[in-house]
Amino acid sequence: MSNRLLNVQEVSMRFGGLLAVSSASLHVNEGEIVSLIGPNGAGKTTLFSIISGFLKPTQGSVHFGGERITDLAPHSICQAGLVRTFQVVKPFVNLSVQENIAVGAHTRISKRKDAHDKAAEVAERVGMGAMLEQSAGGLTVAGRKRLELARALATDPKILLLDEVMAGLNATEITEIVEVIRTIRDSGVTVLLIEHVMQAVMSLSDRAYVLNNGAIIANGTPQEITSMPEVIEAYLGQGAASRIASAGGKHA
Amino acid sequence: MSRNTRITGWCLLAVLLTLYPLLVTKGHWVEFVELTLFVAVLGQGWNILGGYGGQFSFGHALFFGTGAYLQALLQFKLGWNPWLTMWLAIGGTMLAASIVGFLSFRYGLRGSYFALITLAFAEAFHVLSRSLISITEGGRGVQLTLNLDPDLALSTFQFTFAGDFLKRYGFYYTILVILLVCYALTWWMERSRFGAQLIAVRENEDAAEALGINAFKVKMKAICFSAGIMAIGGVYYVQKFLFVDPGLAFGPSKSVEALVAPIIGGLGTVLGPLIGSFFVHGVGELAKGAIELVWEDRPGLDLVFFGVILILVLAFLPKGLVGLIETAWIRINALLAERKRGKG
Repeated sequence: MSNRLLNVQEVSMRFGGLLAVSSASLHVNEGEIVSLIGPNGAGKTTLFSIISGFLKPTQGSVHFGGERITDLAPHSICQAGLVRTFQVVKPFVNLSVQENIAVGAHTRISKRKDAHDKAAEVAERVGMGAMLEQSAGGLTVAGRKRLELARALATDPKILLLDEVMAGLNATEITEIVEVIRTIRDSGVTVLLIEHVMQAVMSLSDRAYVLNNGAIIANGTPQEITSMPEVIEAYLGQGAASRIASAGGKHA
Repeated sequence: MSRNTRITGWCLLAVLLTLYPLLVTKGHWVEFVELTLFVAVLGQGWNILGGYGGQFSFGHALFFGTGAYLQALLQFKLGWNPWLTMWLAIGGTMLAASIVGFLSFRYGLRGSYFALITLAFAEAFHVLSRSLISITEGGRGVQLTLNLDPDLALSTFQFTFAGDFLKRYGFYYTILVILLVCYALTWWMERSRFGAQLIAVRENEDAAEALGINAFKVKMKAICFSAGIMAIGGVYYVQKFLFVDPGLAFGPSKSVEALVAPIIGGLGTVLGPLIGSFFVHGVGELAKGAIELVWEDRPGLDLVFFGVILILVLAFLPKGLVGLIETAWIRINALLAERKRGKG
């Protein structure tokens, strides 16, 4: 229990008649990479927004490092050491890459020069070292995703919540960013990520949770969950698991 | 532009503005630059919140007028020294700004809603300053007692009967000092953590929040800073003209003047409001002169001309004149570099 860095307990979120998240619980231990997967509209991003303080859950609580953070504002949660990225990236388009990252660095550093130095160092870590002067508005999709990651990382978080940082990237770019995320974890930052790219989920994560229609329907190692019938059905439709099993049987 | 080029440019500009009234002897042209500098100060006040913070206010006259009225009334009603009331005017205006800011930002008013609420507050103060006759003297306005003693010119902050130099240049240098201080503060803010956070809030408030920035607090600081500068403008105005009334103080013209200068000059840049103010007034004077030459007397026609210029700038220079200058600078440098390479 003591090394549970993030603990989400029985969280529900209701928007009018729609139950977007229903009594979902998950936890992330210190030093882990945990994935949150599920079909589109399952409520993954909503759950992220609840954890990071952008939404107040209708029910349930979120604890971070033993402290209840359910009622804190996003900036306080970030200052406590939990930072998120956005699926729809939000770069500060009129600023340079370095200035963008420095905004994150300023969370813990007050002097401009130190923040800019820190920004340059973080940019190096995520492979943006050569783009410091470039305007964020002119970046490619891959560049913007990296910038989103770099800005969050510059706040010196204990845990990083990554919302689909690989969506829209090509195979090479995905391999690169998987490597980046791994080095981030090795530097002592815990990671919780939402991801559709299964190759990345399988290779990166220690554990994974599957969210469907707002409820956690499975959790375990990536290998375990991909063979669970309820997970296959969530993605491919009712009865898919048994059809695949019988088709597999015929071929054998 | 490199840091050194910028600083050299700044110093040159400051020296030029300091020597200007001594070199140009025609009173009309000194007055012209003085008025331009005054609007450039108001423009910077608006630019802090609107240009750097992205919170477009349509009622910044509210802060100009509050500063002006406090400065006038504390002297008129209580007989306090203007050098003391000045600080009370600035402080009182910042307090008013924090109330307006709290009500707007606490409830998340953004964009046109914020513009409307500031406009509404300015109008409310306009009406109050007319109707609370026992406090504000109502629509008649407040006329300060004229000081006739040259020896008290400095201590009463009135230069009408001062010695030769003060009488001629006193208010020019007053507004110049105010301008230099406000612009230096803005320059310093732009390079501070607060500046970076304010710009981040303008660019994307959610992203700023996610990165640990308390957007509410940042906007509150910005509106107070912004209002403080507007209040200094009000103080200057009252001391120069020794008079203020509801229309002058809270009417829409000051709100518009304060926002036009930075929008034309370049939003969120230190020099934008100054360049914008020079452009606006320069073009205004030119238009007036040109129209007088052609049609003799057509009052109001220069405003049409002026409006056309404004539309052209808005349509074709989204980054204002500062953006235009920077692009030109980069092109010239590139050309020079190419030439050098050609020769070598």
